[in-house]
Amino acid sequence: MDLGPHAAYILGAYGFTALVIGALVAHAILDRRAQERALARLQEEPQRQDLRGQDLRGRR
Amino acid sequence: MGRLTRLAQPGHFMRWSGALLPWVAGLALVLLAVGQYLTWFVAPPDYQQGETVRIMFIHVPAAWMAVFFYGAMAVSALGTLIWRHPLADVAQRAAAPIGAAFTLVCLVTGSLWGKPMWGTYWVWDARLTSMLVLFLIYCGLLALWRTIEDPNRAARAVAILTLVGAVNLPIIKFSVNWWSTLHQPASILRMGGPTIHPTMLYPLLVMIAAASVLGIALHLQAMRTEILRRRVRTLTILEAERLDAALLAPQAA
Repeated sequence: MDLGPHAAYILGAYGFTALVIGALVAHAILDRRAQERALARLQEEPQRQDLRGQDLRGRR
Repeated sequence: MGRLTRLAQPGHFMRWSGALLPWVAGLALVLLAVGQYLTWFVAPPDYQQGETVRIMFIHVPAAWMAVFFYGAMAVSALGTLIWRHPLADVAQRAAAPIGAAFTLVCLVTGSLWGKPMWGTYWVWDARLTSMLVLFLIYCGLLALWRTIEDPNRAARAVAILTLVGAVNLPIIKFSVNWWSTLHQPASILRMGGPTIHPTMLYPLLVMIAAASVLGIALHLQAMRTEILRRRVRTLTILEAERLDAALLAPQAA
């Protein structure tokens, strides 16, 4: 396809849009994963401490 | 109304949005593929603009999304201020970066169209300037969220600023009618119907639909992540308080 003398402007516009949309999608995925990891860590932390506490009480 | 309120509860929202999201994302991909096919292989070059008209197929949907997300944020701001609904601030917080990104795409693609067509990347024309103001408002709102640490205070401050900024929306829409601008007047939503030839109008409408569905998918995902972020924050505070209490307990004994 011949885009004529203004091909650089047309491809530049589409390239920039693809970059921004790609960044939005990547951020959405990575941010969700980071929050899921943080939530899982926080939810298992008290359980681990409870188990540690029970273990210590058991030794006494 | 009761059903709507129930659907908007964070727990319910997480359930139904989780089930809906893959379908919305899939539909966005299909629409984008069809829209790109129509853009590159069906829509003819314009008799005046030539191939440069193809920039319109991303510029117009981006402009629509920029305004749409700000409108959605203004409605959410009312939800925060009047009903104090927990999901309203979540919706607003999630919409801001997406709206800002689409506004940036609109400004940059418009500039790249302007250089070959008008001979310049930028003019201080009413439509272009009001879109730049919209981008700056988005940036200001994002900065305000980061500045205020207390989420409730931040939500109220941002909601008020969002409603003040909403004055810009009719200015954007009617700027081409109120002032003499280099930017062309409305060619789709106007009295008397669209002025674009159907061979270009239909690809453009498909691209607008694709951008809308993609925007909704991104917004749903961002809202779900924002709810998780708030849960993480609450749990972090509870954990810190528990550690404080554990540290102080032996001293008290």
